Amino acid sequence: MFYRQAGDFKTSYRGDIQTFPLKQDRIGYYLVLAIAFLVVPFLLNDYWVSAVILPFLIFAIAALGLNILTGYCGQVSLGTGGFMAVGAYACYKLMTAFPEMNMFVVVLGSGIVTAAVGLLFGIPSLRIKGFYLAVATLAAQFFLVWLFNKVPWFYNYSASGQINAPERLMMGFAITGPNASPAARYLFCLVILVALAVVARNLTRGRVGRSWMAIRDMDIAAEIIGVNPLKTKLSAFAVSSFFVGVAGALFFSVYLGAVEVTEAFGINQSFLVLFMIIIGGLGSIFGSFAGAAFLVLMPVLLKNIMVGGLGWPTDIAAHIEFIIVGGLIVLFLIAEPHGLAQLWRIAKEKLLLWPFPH
Amino acid sequence: MKKLKIAALASLVCASGLLMSVPATADLVFPSLSYRTGPYAVNGIPYADGYADYMTLVNERDGGIGGEKAQILECETGYNTQKGVECYESTKGQGALVYHPLSTGITYQLIPKATADGIPIHSMGYGRTSAANGKIFDHIFNYPANYWNGASHAVNHMLEVNGGDIKGKKVALVYHNSAYGKEPIRTLEELAAKHGYSLTLIPVDHPGQEQKSQWLQIRRERPDYVVLWGWGVMNQVAIQEAANIRFPMENFIGVWWSGSENDVKPAGPKANGYKALTFHDVGTNFPVFEDLQKYVVDAGKAAGNGDQVGTVLYNRGFYAGFLTVEAAKLAQEIHGTKDITPAMMRDGMEALKVDADLMAAAGLPGFGPEFEVSCDNHGGPGLGAVQQWDAASGSWKLLSDYAESDMSVIQPLIDEDSAGFAAENNIEARNCG
Repeated sequence: MFYRQAGDFKTSYRGDIQTFPLKQDRIGYYLVLAIAFLVVPFLLNDYWVSAVILPFLIFAIAALGLNILTGYCGQVSLGTGGFMAVGAYACYKLMTAFPEMNMFVVVLGSGIVTAAVGLLFGIPSLRIKGFYLAVATLAAQFFLVWLFNKVPWFYNYSASGQINAPERLMMGFAITGPNASPAARYLFCLVILVALAVVARNLTRGRVGRSWMAIRDMDIAAEIIGVNPLKTKLSAFAVSSFFVGVAGALFFSVYLGAVEVTEAFGINQSFLVLFMIIIGGLGSIFGSFAGAAFLVLMPVLLKNIMVGGLGWPTDIAAHIEFIIVGGLIVLFLIAEPHGLAQLWRIAKEKLLLWPFPH
Repeated sequence: MKKLKIAALASLVCASGLLMSVPATADLVFPSLSYRTGPYAVNGIPYADGYADYMTLVNERDGGIGGEKAQILECETGYNTQKGVECYESTKGQGALVYHPLSTGITYQLIPKATADGIPIHSMGYGRTSAANGKIFDHIFNYPANYWNGASHAVNHMLEVNGGDIKGKKVALVYHNSAYGKEPIRTLEELAAKHGYSLTLIPVDHPGQEQKSQWLQIRRERPDYVVLWGWGVMNQVAIQEAANIRFPMENFIGVWWSGSENDVKPAGPKANGYKALTFHDVGTNFPVFEDLQKYVVDAGKAAGNGDQVGTVLYNRGFYAGFLTVEAAKLAQEIHGTKDITPAMMRDGMEALKVDADLMAAAGLPGFGPEFEVSCDNHGGPGLGAVQQWDAASGSWKLLSDYAESDMSVIQPLIDEDSAGFAAENNIEARNCG
């Protein structure tokens, strides 16, 4: 009744193919953007930004990246952690080698470096598929982490093997380093996330995205109708790695400020991002956001309920948190294998018909 | 469906309220970034229990620190830096006076943040070694001893056993492949140049449950000494593997983080003779433990399961509690107020002087070395001792007195590393008068 298609006429092709064909969706989208840019920055404090919002924004970028590769192009990857590490170390090397460089350029540059590395590790995907490709990307994960530990050039020969983000300003505001204000860090990540999400959305519904999906659905058929598998798979790897690399760069420079590769970009990180897109929904932009939100917010929420709210011992709370998050993942896979995005889709469809479903 | 949506919205609203943690009420807040889960829990639990029990003891017996109750805010990090940062951010707004991160990775993470927020960090025997230079690191303390002291103590012990000459000996360092494990490498290399031994570096990746290839390498290269720089489950595995290849335990020396009961017990009698460094005593043979039994354990107020009292890491946590409480008392004295702030706490820590009288007054006579903190030296003198495991009696025995480390090698390294940090972060050295 309130959420409806009726009366929303399109008089041009442009209007017909826009991202949000429903007026209400469009309004909602602009409203969310307006709140995110104009209201949220004033409500933030250190705790919110460091514990909840920044990890959500950054993991949303990583999930978008992996979703392009796995959800849209059907190439399973377990190397996300490793590619995030490439982004982080590229960011560190760029920050220290060119102190004057604009942070946006640094972060996007890190993404480009990661894209090149991803391209390299994408080559085997032309020969191997499915589980075997997953194992090949797993090798990338371990190799990259080992490399960043082994070669001191990557961490500028520091004694601890850690990389630390020096302070960088943007329009007079510190973006990285201990003096960065929560709002500045938030806005920096938000701008990048929104820009990348728009790019991802338009890539996936355009020609490139259609060829990715063709390869995903049946590669032989796609090849017969003229989709070049070499170009398609490698472009998916490159674009996906770019996103993941940007996420890694932000994770290191804006979010944590100092990382140690084994711990920050281990195999756990790869699985975490994979769980995000599975729970959120494979092949869905909204799903990347929903999955990231779910897996970032849920543990913090559970912890605060159990330790802060109920006053339980921290170890019991931590163990119960594992059980609940794990249980929810299993539950989701059984009840809704297409993820949160599918739930959202169904809810919207039902709402369109409500209250007269027949 | 709409109902579902409303329910979802309602729960989201409740949830967003709960995402904020509940503020604390007590006056003197001491966060404890502990880890009772994961591969490092075996070492994290006793330390957290010791620290919490000392605070409980002070509250129950003395009615708090100078009359103000001390409150422990425990936050589970799982030895993970990302969670450590979350814990830091969630507790710092509640009046946190000093942080004990108990993780070198988290310490590195918090050094710039805590300095910017003006909250002191006490990384006791871990963390960034060059933080001992108080002129650069004004909010970071690592007394009474640091990693580089530890590396030097291990080498000094080898020198002592070999009559002062270890030229041509082979030493292998088995280390946790992280900031923690990499800390001693530079010092051991410098000392190798000075004393003429050769150094082999053998990294073990997190979490260190699998060390077959590392110990195969040791078996092949037959080093005269193995130095262990491990933590958590890695320690047990290393000691077990050393026993499996029949490496002589008296030539196997662990840093103070690789020398607790939980590390040696799994290997049973084969671990007999294993050596580890320490900067405090072990056991319950001190008057304060009678108070602890009376006020805390018997009253059912012990942290955790209450079964760790007197173990190495429990005592270390206990010692951390003791040093923190003494610094807080000093801060109250200096500033003439009971309700101290993090800045006052920092002053107290910087003025801390631990001598025999102070330890005896706290019921801990001879528990640790005597030391003094000053404006330019946040690391203390770095005294340490070697202890040896006696598997038959199941106890650690101190082999030596608290001895000096080779500061002629370490001090230049501290100066160099802290100067590097200062240059990187545009910090000007404080004038310490």
